[in-house]
Parts: sequence; C-alpha cells; structure tokens
Amino acid sequence: MSTPHLEESAGFDRQTIDYIQRASASGLYEIRGLGAKRRVPNFDDLLFLAASLSRYPLEGYRERCSTKTVLGTRFASRPIELAIPITIAGMSFGALSARVKEALGRAATEVGTSTTTGDGGMTSEERDSSKTLVYQCLPSRYGFNPDDVRRADAIEIVIGQGAKPGGGGMLLGQKVNPRVARMRTLPEGVDQRSASRHPDWTGPDDLVIKIKELREITDWEKPIYVKVGATRVFNDVKLAVHAGADVIVVDGMQGGTAATQTVFIEHVGIPTLAALRQAVDALEDLNMRGTVQLVISGGIRSGADVAKALAMGADAVAIGQGVLFSLGCNSDTYISGGEHRSAVEDYARIGAAPGFCHHCHTGKCPVGVTTQDPVLELRLEPAVGAKRLKNYLKTLNMEMTTIARACGKQDVHHLEREDLVALTVEAAAMARLPLAGTSWIPGS
Amino acid sequence: MANIEAAREPCAMANSLEFDLSKDSLRDLNLFLHRDAHRSGVTEVVVNHPDGAHSIACGMNSPTNIQIHGHVGYYVAGMNKHASVTVHGNAGPGAAENMMSGRVHIRGFASTAAGASAHGGLLVIDGDASLRCGISLKGGDIVVGGSVGSFSAFMAQAGRIVICGDAEDALGDSLYEAVIYVRGEVRSLGADARFEPMTDADRKVVAQLLALAGMSFDPAEFKRVASAKSLYHWHADADQEY
Repeated sequence: MSTPHLEESAGFDRQTIDYIQRASASGLYEIRGLGAKRRVPNFDDLLFLAASLSRYPLEGYRERCSTKTVLGTRFASRPIELAIPITIAGMSFGALSARVKEALGRAATEVGTSTTTGDGGMTSEERDSSKTLVYQCLPSRYGFNPDDVRRADAIEIVIGQGAKPGGGGMLLGQKVNPRVARMRTLPEGVDQRSASRHPDWTGPDDLVIKIKELREITDWEKPIYVKVGATRVFNDVKLAVHAGADVIVVDGMQGGTAATQTVFIEHVGIPTLAALRQAVDALEDLNMRGTVQLVISGGIRSGADVAKALAMGADAVAIGQGVLFSLGCNSDTYISGGEHRSAVEDYARIGAAPGFCHHCHTGKCPVGVTTQDPVLELRLEPAVGAKRLKNYLKTLNMEMTTIARACGKQDVHHLEREDLVALTVEAAAMARLPLAGTSWIPGS
Repeated sequence: MANIEAAREPCAMANSLEFDLSKDSLRDLNLFLHRDAHRSGVTEVVVNHPDGAHSIACGMNSPTNIQIHGHVGYYVAGMNKHASVTVHGNAGPGAAENMMSGRVHIRGFASTAAGASAHGGLLVIDGDASLRCGISLKGGDIVVGGSVGSFSAFMAQAGRIVICGDAEDALGDSLYEAVIYVRGEVRSLGADARFEPMTDADRKVVAQLLALAGMSFDPAEFKRVASAKSLYHWHADADQEY
C-alpha cells in the first residue's frame, strides 16, 4: 500500500482552515489573552559587544554596577526613585485577582521598584503592599477618583496598549464579579467593553491641558507618564513630549492583554524593537533624552532583554506577561500549602494545556493568576507569588548587571547603542544597528 | 501661603477671600484651595477675571464655596469633591469632569464633555451643553437648562441627566444603567438606547433634580431614555452594533 501524498497548503494550512471553520460556526471573532504569538524581530536578534582589548571590563563579581533609576525629573517635584530599572506594567484588578495585585506590590516593594494599577481602579491590596504605585488614567476612567490620585506616586495617562493600540479594554462577564462590578460601576456579569478614547479630551493639544489639570490637582508633585501603544511611535513620542509628559511608556506589539480580539493582538502595532528605536530617535531629535524618561514594554523576558533595551536608549522597562509567568501562569502546577498540585486537568477543561494557555479572558485560570473565581484565586498565595516574582526580578537584575560589567559599565544606564550589533538584517534595519561583523546598517 | 493670603483683599462677607487671576497665578489659587482654604476657615473664595483659564478649582477636597466671575477654560472644578463651584459665565470642555460630590453650577453655556465620568455630585448648566455631555457618567447627576450636543451620555454607566431642551444625534449611545430625561426633541438615539415609559418615580426624580437646579419645568413634559441592554453580552447577531 503506497503512502498517501499529503501536502499542506502554505496559505490555507490547518490552522487557517480551523480559523475559517470556527468563524463560520460561531459568527464571532476569537478573543484571548496574552500577547502576539507570531515571531517578530525582537531583542534576541541583538548581541552585545563586550569589552576586550578596545574596552575595559569591570570585575564581574566585585565591582559595583549601579542600577538606580529615577523617573519623572522633568516637572514633578517628587520624582520616582527605583533601585532597579525593571518595573511592573499596568494590569487591572479584574483581569488579575486582588491576591495577585498584592503579590505584585509585595515583590516590587522588596526589590525597590514600582507597580502599576490598570483598567479597574486602585485596590487597597496593591496600594498597601506597594511602596511605589503608578496610577493609570485610562479612557474608561473605571474607579478613577481624586483620593487615589492623591495617594498615588505617579499618574500614567494611557493612550494605548501594545496588544491593542487604538482599542479599548475588555473584560468578559465571567470576571465581572460583585467587587469588580462595584469598582467599575458596572452591572455584575456584563461583558465590559471599555472606551478607546478618553472622555474629556481629544488630540495632543487637549492632552497638554489635561496633563496640566492633573498637575494642578496633584500640586505638581507627582510625575505624569504617558503610555502609547506602538504604532507611529516617532510622532507619538514627540507629541507626548510637547504635551508635557515627564515619562513616556511605549508598549510594543508583543505586549500582553487580559482579553482582546486575536486579530488585534497579531495584526496591529509594531514590534518593541522597532518602537524603541523610533522613541529614542524622537527624544534625541528634541534633545530631550535624559529630561523625559523612556520606559519600554512589550515582550521583555530576561536580563539580556533589559540590558539591550537600556543600551538602545530606554531608561527602564515594564514587564507584564513575564511577571505573570513568574507567578505560575502556564505552569502545570500551582503551589498550595507549600506543595505543588497539578493543574493539568483544569487546563484541559478550558481547552488548553500548560505552555499553550492564553485563556485569561475566561476567568478560569487553572493556576489562580487571571481569575476572579473565589476558588481558583486561592491557588495563588500572595506570599508565594511575591517570593517567586522577587526571585525573577533579582535574576533579571543580575543578568543585566553581568552584561553591563562585561561591557565595562559602572552603571547600567551607561550601556549604549555602540555596545550592540544585530544578528539579522530585519533587526539591523529596525534598531538601526550594524549587522554583526559588518558596519552595515540597512538604510544608512 | 502667608504672603499670598496677605496679598488677598478680604471680601465684604466674613471668611471670604478674593483672587484676581489677572494678577494672581492659577497655581497660587489652586494651592490655596487645596491646602489652606478649609484649614484657615475661609468658606468662600471669589475668583475674578478668570479670562478662560483652565483647571480653576480642580481637585477640591473641602466644602468651600467658590464663585468664579467670568468665562473659564477646560476642566473647571475637575475631580471636585465636597466643594460648591459656580461659574458666572461659560465653561470650556470637561467642566466638573470626574466630580465625586458637591455641586458645580455653570450659569452660561458648557462646552464638550461636561460632567464626563462624574461619580457623584450635581452639575447644573443653565444654558446649552455641547457634544458628549455626561459621557461615561458614573453616578453623578446633570441638569441642563438648554440643549445638548451629539453623543451625550455616551457609555454612561450610572447617574441621571435631565435635558430641558433638545438632544442632538446618538443620545445615550451604549448606555449602561444611567437614565436620561429629555424634554425636547431627540434627533436620534444611539446604539442600544431606547425610549421607555415615564413612571411616577421618574417624574419625582425629575422634579427633585429640577428643584435642586433651580429650574421650573413640568416633569410631565419629559421623556425617559435608558438602555435596552441588548449589548450587555456578546452575541453574533449584534456584531454591527459593536
């Protein structure tokens, strides 16, 4: 019997056929969590040129390498001082449980960095556990109030998010429990679709005035961040500078979300690598590097990623998905009472498996991270989560300083573009760095 | 603040202080309102010559009575809590945005997004309000003596809006639990908004809000607009409405 000739179409492969057939059956687009799964040029496509004869390294285990990071020095009378340039990205209570928000705050405080609220207001758990808390002002304004503005350490005006620039937030009804509903002033169980535009301003000229209002309300004490999803980054960063931002956060397309349309996640926005270079170009064009700080986010995973981001010109990074994975997202077990317990069956129940799960939108997170379910949320113990996250952040910091020392830097903020080369033509073009072993920068 | 207070002219009324924004800075005014007005026993602050300045009396957190004589720019009384702010003139965009409590009264007209995302308190606009009045409202009450522009009450979640004049296009688009009472013509309703019968309870609410606003229309002349709630949950047949 001859072997059948099975040839899969490149254009209509099994995944595409499955998509078409699911769309045909349901009439609805897919909604999911986390970030882009397609491969795009990223920090893995860069390499460091460490010290040798032409550069002098620091002793890797003996000489100090500073990681102190100050954000918001432009206008705020109380800038944010962090021990490390790695911050926790904005993620909402609603998307995450209050216990997770507490774990984030505890870990951030222990390592001396900041955490950030999200599209659901500020919980007492995260305020109490976070020494430094950035309070987001989003288009929805869910739970946004002057008392929390006053007790925040910085305000972040969110224009867009890397996973869905141009789109509003989304929280499906199964996660809108009584507390979430109360905080957002929504009916319980409603499929919440947030606004994509701010209600009280439109365009960069208005943003100038909005930022000044927030400065007046906070008596010019707190740094004002502006966060944009990475699209026309060069122009957006310039406009944010003109609008008066102290800090600009640029979120690349690999950035995660708790829920949005897959078509948005995979097809809108530009990679973090490309966005970062555009952002730095904009600041340099305005001679504002060092005056306005730049935070980059979207798919940052390792200390190498952080070091490369800083070398390219970022002042700090923000991490969302990496933080969730650190807490146990996509792990096959969760920790309860000090013991690992299998979550594999619970993954199977929602049609997922460890390592592949992106079902944050369902609220049925098998490891208790992205859920409001009163049983499932107990699977994340704040103390355990905080310890794991602290370890992760410490590891990133050690990796970053290892590289910085090897490049001869006494301060991680001294890493520079000259320390980097690109491994691929695409990365060289996007980051405008020379292809490794050459002096060629595509387009130059 | 001592030098600033010393520079102020006390008004005829006891515990009243005057700022003249043609000479005094907005920063000094707001700093006084935030930190010293309540503590120093000043119960009324009069602001003259606002000349369209933005963010006057924003971030209030005390029951101070603020009288602004003239036109103001963006965000007057933004995020107001406890204070009573009266603008004897017109207001720019975002008047009383995100108000939590207290009362803001615009004696003239209000520009776009008046009362946007207000959680509480009462916003009264004697004249017309422009586009997106009461957008994203979260529990505050708004009474407009005149008419409102398009997309008013867009995505309003809670609270009540009384419109004594007409409403332009897309009134109440994507409403949640907020309720709109409109006396005049509605050019068009937004997605998921619908007219509903007025009940005795509705007429009582309208009468109460009109009384608080100092207006004297007949509650029986108002129509009720609320959410049909057909967009509360995803379903394939409503995809064009999203």
